Amino acid sequence: MEFDFAAEQPKFLMLMYGLIAFVGVVGGLLLLLDVVPAWFARRREERLVAAVASGTPLPRRRKPREGVIALFFLLPTLLFLLVGLVVPAIRTTLLSFMDKDSSSWVGLANYSWLFSEDSIVRVLINSLIWVLLVPLAATAFGLIYAVLVDKARFEAVAKSLIFLPMAISFVGAAIIWKFVYAYRGDGDQIGLLNQIVVSLGGEPKQWLLESPLNTFLLIVIMVWIQAGFAMVVLSAAIKAIPADIVEAARLDGVSPWQMFWQITMPSIRPALIVVVVTLSIATLKVFDIVRTATNGNYDTNVIATEMYNQAFRYQENGHGSALAVFLFVLVIPIVIYQIRNLRQQREG
Amino acid sequence: MTTATPTVGAGVQATGTPGRAARVRKRLNSRTATLVSIVIALLWTIPTFGLFISSFRPEDQIKTTGWWTFFSDPQFTLENYQEVLFSTGSSGQLASYFINSLAITIPSVLFPLAFASLAAYALAWINFKGRDWVYIAIFALQIVPLQMALVPLLKFFSTGVTVAGVQILPAWDLVDEQKFAQVWFAHTCFALPFAVFLLHNFISQLPGDLMEAARVDGATHPKIFRTIVLPLITPALAAFGIFQFLWVWNDLLVALIFAGGGDETAPLTVRLAELAGTRGNEWQRLTAGAFVSIVVPLIVFLSLQRFFVRGLLAGSVKG
Repeated sequence: MEFDFAAEQPKFLMLMYGLIAFVGVVGGLLLLLDVVPAWFARRREERLVAAVASGTPLPRRRKPREGVIALFFLLPTLLFLLVGLVVPAIRTTLLSFMDKDSSSWVGLANYSWLFSEDSIVRVLINSLIWVLLVPLAATAFGLIYAVLVDKARFEAVAKSLIFLPMAISFVGAAIIWKFVYAYRGDGDQIGLLNQIVVSLGGEPKQWLLESPLNTFLLIVIMVWIQAGFAMVVLSAAIKAIPADIVEAARLDGVSPWQMFWQITMPSIRPALIVVVVTLSIATLKVFDIVRTATNGNYDTNVIATEMYNQAFRYQENGHGSALAVFLFVLVIPIVIYQIRNLRQQREG
Repeated sequence: MTTATPTVGAGVQATGTPGRAARVRKRLNSRTATLVSIVIALLWTIPTFGLFISSFRPEDQIKTTGWWTFFSDPQFTLENYQEVLFSTGSSGQLASYFINSLAITIPSVLFPLAFASLAAYALAWINFKGRDWVYIAIFALQIVPLQMALVPLLKFFSTGVTVAGVQILPAWDLVDEQKFAQVWFAHTCFALPFAVFLLHNFISQLPGDLMEAARVDGATHPKIFRTIVLPLITPALAAFGIFQFLWVWNDLLVALIFAGGGDETAPLTVRLAELAGTRGNEWQRLTAGAFVSIVVPLIVFLSLQRFFVRGLLAGSVKG
């Protein structure tokens, strides 16, 4: 039970280097930006003085070089994006047409593998279930709760409790729920779910081993985390509905049901779409929950976990890249839908 | 991160108009709604609560009885935490990973924050050719899943860049704790598109007269950025800071690939995922360990919740 703090020292040193680098880069950049324009200003001044002294007509005052300054402001961002995102994404696309160690071109072989291998088809089906269920369930719950809590007391506290899982890591959430699903063959159950089943007279089960039920149980975890996000955004949208409209409707004697469908729903439609789109994209990329809870075993694998396995466990760069590209392709229609909606809103 | 709140940019948060709206809502205030919403909120918290209670129960108790029996037979111990934090070897040592999480998170928040605010300022207030196109390009990068970058980026770190057989950039060749730099780099890249987008939303809303006046007074762009813009966008910086902090602290995928699994660099999430895999029935360690990893983001989240919510709304609804 000894913990050696001295062994941790290199980490703090490294952290310090990181912070020094941060101060150096950012401070240096700002300093440079102060010095460069000052230098240009001085040069212009000198030219003016020279022009006056020699009696030639004054040179036309040139526009200050905004472009150069902007370039420096943008430089770190553009550099990092280029090296860390743009070039790698292009390379991944290329790698998806190459073999496992990226030495020769194989055409569409990786993509036909994607749709012919049984285990991968299973992965795609699972991802489809995820992306259909999570946004639907989380948004529905978030909406109902937002409407409910809008009239309630202790609103802030109740909302915080629902929202809290957002702060918990997917790994932590997976462990929390693995504990809920825990199973013991003999004696008392330690998992809440099995305890409930037993007290209702049922038989305890190894929930996470039973396909296809286990995929749905993992989806519950994601919904548990994301419902808070949906609730917060939708709640804000509901509160933004002008009070006059609500009051006018009330004077007309509409029922709460009519109020919800004819006033609330149309007013918050943009927020609703944003929530569904955001959740769909997040769900497509889900990785941590599946990896922590089942490691993709027992038919629970999804695209992101399989991508990790192929690329980093089996060193199958071609397969991994094809999965990554496929993930990207799946995101595009969702985004296009979102953009079209935004444009309609602006015009309408 | 300061909690002072100048309210510039706060117009993003949608709030109901007080007065009439409040009265209407009050009239509707029904007890059933209060009751139901509180019951649901409590149900929502039960899984976390069960984990929390369990982490303080002795090992033999956790493994044989449900955590709800704690209330009829309370037994309390801190041994789980002692073991999971400080024991060496494969059973815990989480204190070491906790430090890794800190060392990964702090620079991974600072770098994108600084770079993105510089970029966002340039895109909002400096006139140059092609400004809109640069903004649209950065904006569009938000949709590229980070999975698209993982394989080549790892290769970039491990073998450098060669074009047509000529080595242009050498491999980074990092060992042990130096690998933090890779993780910082990766997180910075992946965070920038969203960071620029979010901060641009705030910075472009600052009053143009203010900038104009400063320009007329002869202030240069860096001066305006430092003395006028930065203080005014503190709430936005806080919002993104919390966002990024939670994202990096809770991330598993990026850390798994760029930090490796050793106790020199791997953060808490990687270690916990490993424990859940190899020691899935050691609940005394898993419960305490999970709580150790949860507690920091929970504190950050609860104390700075309004900034977080504001950022969330700015980032999603304003889109």
